[in-house]
Amino acid sequence: MSKRYVMAIDLRRCVGCQTCTAACKSANATAPGVQWRRVLDQETGEFPDVRRTFLPVACMHCANPPCVEVCPTTATRRREDGLVTIDYDICIGCANCIMACPYDARSIEHQPRYAFGKAMTHEIARSSPERLSVATKCTFCQGRVDRAATTGQIPGVDPDVTPACVNSCISGAMHFGDVADPDSNVSQLLASSQHFRMHEELETDPSVFYIWGGSET
Amino acid sequence: MSRPHKIIDRMMPRQQTYWDARAAINFICVGAGGGLLFVTALASPAGDDLRPLLVLALALVGTGMTAVWFEIGRPLRAFNVYRNAATSWMTREAIIVLLLVVSAAAAIVFDLRAALAIAGLLGLAVAFAQGRILRAQKGIPAWRCSICVSMIVVSGLTEGAGLLSLAALYWPALLPFGILLAGLAGVRLLVWRNYVATLRRDGAPSGTLQAFAAIDRRFVWLGHALPMLLAVAGVVAGSSLLIALAGVLAAVAGGWFKYTLICRAGFTQGFALPQTPERGGGAAGAGIQPGWTRA
Repeated sequence: MSKRYVMAIDLRRCVGCQTCTAACKSANATAPGVQWRRVLDQETGEFPDVRRTFLPVACMHCANPPCVEVCPTTATRRREDGLVTIDYDICIGCANCIMACPYDARSIEHQPRYAFGKAMTHEIARSSPERLSVATKCTFCQGRVDRAATTGQIPGVDPDVTPACVNSCISGAMHFGDVADPDSNVSQLLASSQHFRMHEELETDPSVFYIWGGSET
Repeated sequence: MSRPHKIIDRMMPRQQTYWDARAAINFICVGAGGGLLFVTALASPAGDDLRPLLVLALALVGTGMTAVWFEIGRPLRAFNVYRNAATSWMTREAIIVLLLVVSAAAAIVFDLRAALAIAGLLGLAVAFAQGRILRAQKGIPAWRCSICVSMIVVSGLTEGAGLLSLAALYWPALLPFGILLAGLAGVRLLVWRNYVATLRRDGAPSGTLQAFAAIDRRFVWLGHALPMLLAVAGVVAGSSLLIALAGVLAAVAGGWFKYTLICRAGFTQGFALPQTPERGGGAAGAGIQPGWTRA
């Protein structure tokens, strides 16, 4: 049985600190304004019965990804292990995939942007011209996950081969692993909790699970 | 081109910004060009040499494709668009346009009726492909609605019939096709009503419904009721001017609808929570879907 990497996010634990957002930007050197991962902050109710919910979102790496279906170039593909990837050398930047994604996970930047207008040394060193004018999104830190094949480490368990956002989470809300393995951390976690996936009615079969109840993780 | 700062820290839907007026021009021109090809193929047995209309249709399709070429991020890789005919309607549209240009060019140069018939069918096909491109966009509720396909197809045909009616000023033999225009405008009106009602019933971003509500009255009266009246009156009175006026109104209304659909009503899905999480010792809260309206 092939692997399927998923993320489980415990909404009860998320404090909206955006450390995952910062870790993602650091790991992937995304331009200012581009957030492959971000945490939404929603207030609901009326005083005194109010709630505040933090919702970390990014590419859901769907098993039935609409972005793959609509991509006219085959630049967007879904791998055997569930990761949805973009080949920057093929993508034409038509934004068809952006419209197809119900999770607002993709973006296109047409010009290089720098934090203070003028490029700093480290920004030049980490610039990625191949990512200009093409669709980009969260990769589930594909490079780290792929490293596990040579090191024998386990994504979601060993930090070196685990997405940067998961490693960074200060409250232990984010978990990553192979849901096809019943003994994996995420399988165990999901079995003992109440969870949902975003917009399941759209039949995209997303790979991010949001835990909202059940036994504390 | 730098884009305005996006507010992306909220769950509510927002108007998409990646497809702008250039994309709208693509839907307007290619749809109208395809519709014109189809109705010109229908009208050709009337006897006149309508090849100038085929040239106009090709010019419209060409304008639409050029507009979208200016929209894509990597225009020099544009031919990669042909790589995914298996599932992508954008690829299929590009293939249909290629065949359409060849068949219409053959009809123009060699005056072949068979080529004209094929070009007409491909005109219909390209309007359908555009509808399916929108239908496949799960991220935009107003577009993924199945009736959106019907709306795009029937609007393309109506716009084509409108342009054909305008040509009645030069070719009076086209005057009876005012009835076709009136009929298509009537069908488009019914589909429009059904489309908006479906969005209200099934739920849609509030911004989408507001964008459609903003055009509804003028779209219905100036884009449908008046053209239908003028077209019927023109046929009865034998007035090419009335028919042409009806055609212009119906065609402009179609373009206006498509611009609104792409640039004003294209709100994203946003985010929803079936229930808000347990916090501390508290229980889970009710679900939320901000920015949506349901009947």
